[in-house]
Amino acid sequence: MKFSFPHMGTSHVAFKYLLENLGYEVINPPTPSKKTITLGARYSPEFACMPFKVLLGTYMEVLDKGAEAIVTSGGIGPCRAGFYGVLHEKILKDMGYDFKMIILDPPLYDIKEFFNTVSLLRPKKIGWRGFINVVKDSWAKLCALDEMEKEANLVRAYEVNKGDTTKKVNEIIEVIDAASTRKEIMGLQEKSISMLHEVPQNKLRKPLKIGLIGEIYVVIEPFMNYDIERLLGEMGVIVHRSIYVTEYTRHTIWDRKAEDYIKEAAKPYLELMIGGHGVNSVGETILYAQDGYDGVIQLAPFTCIPEIVSKSILVKVSEDYGIPVLTLHIDEQTGEAGIRTRIEAFLDLLHQKRSLSGKEGMAK
Amino acid sequence: MKAYLGVDVGSVSTNLVLMEENGESIAGDVYIRTLGRPIEAIQEGMKKLSQQVEGQDIEVRGVGTTGSARNLSGVIVGADVVKNEITAHATAAINVEPTVQTIMEIGGQDSKIILLRNGIVTDFAMNTVCAAGTGSFLDQQAARLNIPIEEFGEYALLSKYPVRIAGRCSVFAESDMVHKQQMGHKTEDLIAGLSQALVRNYLNNVGKGKEILPPVFFQGGVAANEGIKKAFEEELGFEVIVPRYFHIMGALGAAILAKNEVEKNGIKTKFKGFGVSRINYTVSSFECKGCPNLCEVININVDDSLICRWGGRCGKWEYNE
Repeated sequence: MKFSFPHMGTSHVAFKYLLENLGYEVINPPTPSKKTITLGARYSPEFACMPFKVLLGTYMEVLDKGAEAIVTSGGIGPCRAGFYGVLHEKILKDMGYDFKMIILDPPLYDIKEFFNTVSLLRPKKIGWRGFINVVKDSWAKLCALDEMEKEANLVRAYEVNKGDTTKKVNEIIEVIDAASTRKEIMGLQEKSISMLHEVPQNKLRKPLKIGLIGEIYVVIEPFMNYDIERLLGEMGVIVHRSIYVTEYTRHTIWDRKAEDYIKEAAKPYLELMIGGHGVNSVGETILYAQDGYDGVIQLAPFTCIPEIVSKSILVKVSEDYGIPVLTLHIDEQTGEAGIRTRIEAFLDLLHQKRSLSGKEGMAK
Repeated sequence: MKAYLGVDVGSVSTNLVLMEENGESIAGDVYIRTLGRPIEAIQEGMKKLSQQVEGQDIEVRGVGTTGSARNLSGVIVGADVVKNEITAHATAAINVEPTVQTIMEIGGQDSKIILLRNGIVTDFAMNTVCAAGTGSFLDQQAARLNIPIEEFGEYALLSKYPVRIAGRCSVFAESDMVHKQQMGHKTEDLIAGLSQALVRNYLNNVGKGKEILPPVFFQGGVAANEGIKKAFEEELGFEVIVPRYFHIMGALGAAILAKNEVEKNGIKTKFKGFGVSRINYTVSSFECKGCPNLCEVININVDDSLICRWGGRCGKWEYNE
C-alpha cells in the first residue's frame, strides 16, 4: 500500500523513514505551494481555516500521485481541527477518491483505539520489537531535525552572508534524510549542530529576540507563515518557536504534564481549556516576557477561535508585562506585502523600545 | 541649499517632499495620483518637484522612500533608506509634535493607528480584512453621488440629521446608502452618516482595544475631509489635530529618516538626481516555472539593461545592481 501524510515543516523526512522502514511505499507530500492552496480552497468550506485548506490540497496532490492511504492526526477538541481528518475523508471520497484514511487520535484519550490504529500500521511480517526499533530511529531523526532548526534560528541572526544558514539547513536535511544505520542516526543531532557552526557568524551583533506563538500548523509550516523564521532571522532577529513536532508528540502521546508550566503561567488570565493552542499562546507570551524577550509574534489562521480568544487576552498581558505583541492573521487571501510591512514596523518598534530602556545587549 | 527628499508612493497617491536641512521648512512638495502606474507617477512627481525649486541651488543630501511601492521607488530614485509607512508616519508626527500619543492615518487602501508614548511607538495596527473606510471607498461614493471628493467633507458639515449607515463592510455600506437615498434622505445627511459609519468602523476594527489618548494626529489623504474629522471628534470626545502637512506626512517621515541615516552613518547619498524623470524604464514580468508556486517575477530595466528584479518566493531571482 502506498502511504502519504501531511507536510509539516521538515517532519516529512522522519515520517518517510518510519513508513519506508515498515515496508511501505511512500508518496512524499510536496511542499505546499500556491497550487496546493488553490486546490484545497476550491473544495473546502469558505470559513474553514487555512490549515484545513492546505491539508486538503496536499491530500489531493498525493492522491493524484497514487497514494492509497493517508495517515494524519486527530484531536480531542474543542478546536475543530480534531474533526478535520474525518471531514477531509468525506470530502475527498465525495470527489471520487478511493483511499484509506488513518487518523491517530491522542492515546491519552482512548489508549485502546490508539493501539488499534497503530497496529494497523504494523505489517504482519515485522514483529513488535522490530516495529519499536523503527519507531525509535524515526523519533531520533525527528529530534535531530527539531534541534537543528532551533540552532539554525540562533545562527541565522548572526550570519555574515545572508542566506548561508538556510543553505546549510538544506544540506543538513539531506544528510538526515540519507542516514540509514542506527549509528548514523544517533549521531545526527551532534553532526547537524556542528555543520551549522560552519556558517560564518558575526557575534558582535546584538540581535532582537522574538518568540513565535500561535496555532501549531501555521507556526510550524513555513509555507503558511511566509517563512517567517527565515524572514526574521535574515533581518537579524533571533526567533524562538514555541512549538515543535517532537514537543507536541511528547505532550499528546505520553507526557500529558509536559506543558503544565505553560498552563500554570497562563492561569491568572485564562484557566479554561479553549482548544488548539489558545492557552499556550497566553502562557508562552508571559514566559517570553519573563525570559527577557523583546517581543512576541502571534500567528493565527483567519477564523481560528482559540487564537482569537487569546488575542483579546494578550492585549492585557502585553500591557501588564510590557512586552509588545504583533498578531498576524493568515489565510489564503493574505498579502505578503502587508505581512512584511507589519513585521518591519514591529521591528522598528522593538529597536526603539530597546534603545530607550538601555537594555541593549542584555537580552539572554 | 541642502535638502532631503522623501518619496511616498501609495496605492492612490504619490507624494514627494523636499525638506530643508533644518528639518522644518519644506522647499517643495508634490501630491499626485498614482493611477496604478507607480513608475510614471514617480517620474512625474520628480519633474514637478524640480520645476518647483527651479533656479534654487538645491543639494539633495539624502533620500528616503516609503509606501507600498517603497522598494520600487527606492530603486528608481536611489534611496538611502527604505522604510515602512508606520515608522515614516510616526517619525513625521513626532517631528511636528513630540508629545503626540496617537496617530490615526487613513490612506487610499489602508488605515492604521499608531500609539506613541514618550516619543516612541509602543503599538500599532492596520486594517486587516476590510478596506471600508479608506480613501478609495470615499472616492467611489463621491463619484456615485456626483460630488467632487474635495467638497465631500463640507457637505457632511451641512447636515443636521445624519442618517445611520451600516458601516461594517463597504459593499453593505453602499447598499445601505442606496436604500436610504431612495427613501428620500438628503445628500448631506447621507454623507454625514457615511462619515460617522466610517469612523465607527475604524474605531471598532483598527482601533480595537487601543487606548486612544490626546494629542491625536489625523493624517493621510482622508484627513482633508472635515466631515470625518468632526465625526472622530464627536466619537472620541476631544480635539483631533490635522497637521499642516497631513497629506504628505509619509514622505516627510521618509525625508527625516533619510536625514538621520545619512547623518548617523556619514554616508554619501545614492540619489540618482532629478534626471530620473527622463530615463526610460521598462518593466517586464514572467512566471517562474521552477516549482508549483509559479511566482511572478518582475524585471525593471533601463533601456536594455536589467537594474533590478524581484518577486520570487525562494529568492533565486533577486537582483539589485
